[in-house]
Amino acid sequence: MTEQSYNFAYLDEQTKRMIRRAILKGLAIPGYQVPFASREMPTPYGWGTGGVQVSAATLTPDDTFKVIDQGADDTTNAVSIRRFFERTAGVAVTTKTSEATVIQTRHRIPEEPLTEGQILVYQVPIPEPLRFLEPRETETRKMHALEEYGLMHVKLYEDIARHGHIATSYAYPVKVEERYVMDPSPIPKFDNPKLEMAAIQLFGAGREQRIYAIPPYTGIVSLDFEDHPFEPTKADHPCGLCGAADSYLDEVITDDAGGRMFVCSDTDYCESRRAQGHRGKDAA
Amino acid sequence: MTPLLSVHGLTKRYGAHLGCGDVSFDLFPGEVLGIVGESGSGKSTLLNCLAGHLPPDAGQVIFDTRADGQRDVLTMSEPERRMLGRTDWAFVHQHARDGLRMGVSAGGNVGERLMAVGARNYGDIRDSAIDWLGRVEISETRVDDRPTTFSGGMQQRLQIARNLVTGPRLVFMDEPTGGLDVSVQARLLDLLRGLVRDMGLSAIVVTHDLAVVRLLAHRLMVMKDGHVVEHGLTDQVLDDPQHAYTQLLVSSVLQV
Amino acid sequence: MAMIEIDNVSKSFTLHNQGGATIEVMRGASLSVAAGECVALVGASGSGKSTVMRMIYGNYLAASGRIVVGGLDVARAAPREILSLRRDTLGYVSQFLRVVPRVPTLDVVAEPLRAVGVPEDEARDRSAAMLARLNVPETLWHLSPTTFSGGEQQRVNIARGFIHAYPALLLDEPTASLDGGNREVVLSLIEEAKARGAAIVGIFHDETARARVCDREIDVTGFSPQAAA
Repeated sequence: MTEQSYNFAYLDEQTKRMIRRAILKGLAIPGYQVPFASREMPTPYGWGTGGVQVSAATLTPDDTFKVIDQGADDTTNAVSIRRFFERTAGVAVTTKTSEATVIQTRHRIPEEPLTEGQILVYQVPIPEPLRFLEPRETETRKMHALEEYGLMHVKLYEDIARHGHIATSYAYPVKVEERYVMDPSPIPKFDNPKLEMAAIQLFGAGREQRIYAIPPYTGIVSLDFEDHPFEPTKADHPCGLCGAADSYLDEVITDDAGGRMFVCSDTDYCESRRAQGHRGKDAA
Repeated sequence: MTPLLSVHGLTKRYGAHLGCGDVSFDLFPGEVLGIVGESGSGKSTLLNCLAGHLPPDAGQVIFDTRADGQRDVLTMSEPERRMLGRTDWAFVHQHARDGLRMGVSAGGNVGERLMAVGARNYGDIRDSAIDWLGRVEISETRVDDRPTTFSGGMQQRLQIARNLVTGPRLVFMDEPTGGLDVSVQARLLDLLRGLVRDMGLSAIVVTHDLAVVRLLAHRLMVMKDGHVVEHGLTDQVLDDPQHAYTQLLVSSVLQV
Repeated sequence: MAMIEIDNVSKSFTLHNQGGATIEVMRGASLSVAAGECVALVGASGSGKSTVMRMIYGNYLAASGRIVVGGLDVARAAPREILSLRRDTLGYVSQFLRVVPRVPTLDVVAEPLRAVGVPEDEARDRSAAMLARLNVPETLWHLSPTTFSGGEQQRVNIARGFIHAYPALLLDEPTASLDGGNREVVLSLIEEAKARGAAIVGIFHDETARARVCDREIDVTGFSPQAAA
């Protein structure tokens, strides 16, 4: 099979139009979950089918594409999706955050602030933030429509009652532009403050058939209690490789004797810093 | 005195079958109205129409709202009606699990209505929850336990606490003591009577248990085949029933 | 004006489930009781003494006539008006105790005071004083009266009837099943109620008690349909 057998970016034009309509509607109503007719993709659900469809409908031949999975450009998922669009759309690809025009991500927001003109596409497993407490879709839709969000705080209340603090550390619910409560996908809550950004943010849930969006410079508030305010947390260490104290870290086990190191989860950020000469304590 | 609830000509049909027909009554602040009748008499249909769970075919349900005075609940917008449902109104289900979130702690269950109306201070919400658990005789030590670990009577009391925490003015109860042991029933009745008196609550209680209405309800409506056949002071209706069906109902109660 | 006034009252029962038979039990009943007066209803058993009491209390519906208590016509009043009359004005000591099981005696007796807005502590204190006066042992105060003996239940009923200073009182055999000491307490409670101006209608089988506290006797046999015919 040749690459020419595919339409540009794999999906047919009608489907891309349908998805673009959903994206535009999502941008017009920030945080609102727009239903769309999710297609079968050549990857299984849970491997970013929602994000891939949004990327496919967003990409143009002039775009430069970057994919990260948990911040890294070099994991299986990221490599596969990057190659998928290299083959089916023939777009330029990059690992540099600043060079990319479209970035598809799973579970992270890049450390380097995004700029106007960039688009960040999230892969979303479960788009409905109220789902765990209210199983009925008819009821959750009504709750969004009528702004009945008390239940969201019940979830946080349960957290504090059980753990003494808000233990939710990822997929931390936010309120978008003082209206819709939204699941920011399973990004660490450390990334929540970055949701207020200059770039366009698009969220695609393939299995659940929902698209939602945050336009540039939209107000985003993480839900909390007066006496238990929201706190973006990270491991209390600098990066072992580049020494950054302001980036989200992964804990890496280095041997069988309890040895471990903390490194930036954003590989591009870490590499850029090292290229500038920054060094952490574990850097060889 | 303005009635808290004023019902006019409420009718609900299920196709050719009449659910409840042309029901009218006034309920005043602090009054408890009992509705009795056998299964299928229309008492639950009536309750669900009143509480906004079921759209009636005709009639008016006028509630004396805090903000705007008398309003027909049936012509309110859905957001308004739902807001009423979590502030001034409460609904106690026969089966506690229909009225509780079984996966949420007792404290979370009680706190939900507070959070739904904007409470955002964890400490205050928790204090209110503990206070209410105490009022329904549930120990503070159970505040973080889920209702699945509670007995039937405790679940029912938790449901009542969850409903009353926002200080509603009107409580709908569907067989509140149904399915409970008699000793647990007595405790619940005592609790409800105290709460009705101390909070000045009005309540509409649907039950088929005449002993429950005698102790709890000030006034009684007897329903048969969708119609109210008799309506009056509870002890008068039970001791000097006028309608053939009420006489049959009263004489059918087993004596202990 | 009389506190309790019955004017030309009739009463019948229709037994729908026994062929629709209508039994007329009373016709042309009239009586009047002034404040501070105690009137005894007399007549053979089944002559309708209790029926009169129940009609005054609003427990039985009158077929016709007027029953005015404290200015309210009970025969025509709305349920909530009767409830408010019972709460503020009209007390009733019946022979039967009907209470929520499990509620302590102290609270059962305090309830009429709580209903008129007396604070809990004060209501309990007055309840305790009343129970002590009626010689109900303190060990029983925190138990439900449903388990008590007949005489003890009777005294709990009396305590409930006298704890609030009702301007009108109905007493159904208040001294039955009481020993001499307690009978004396009840009679003095009745005398005190009369002294503060209560209008009382009572049924007393105890003739000495009747002679001591009652100002008049009314023979209800005169209210029977046969007598009126």
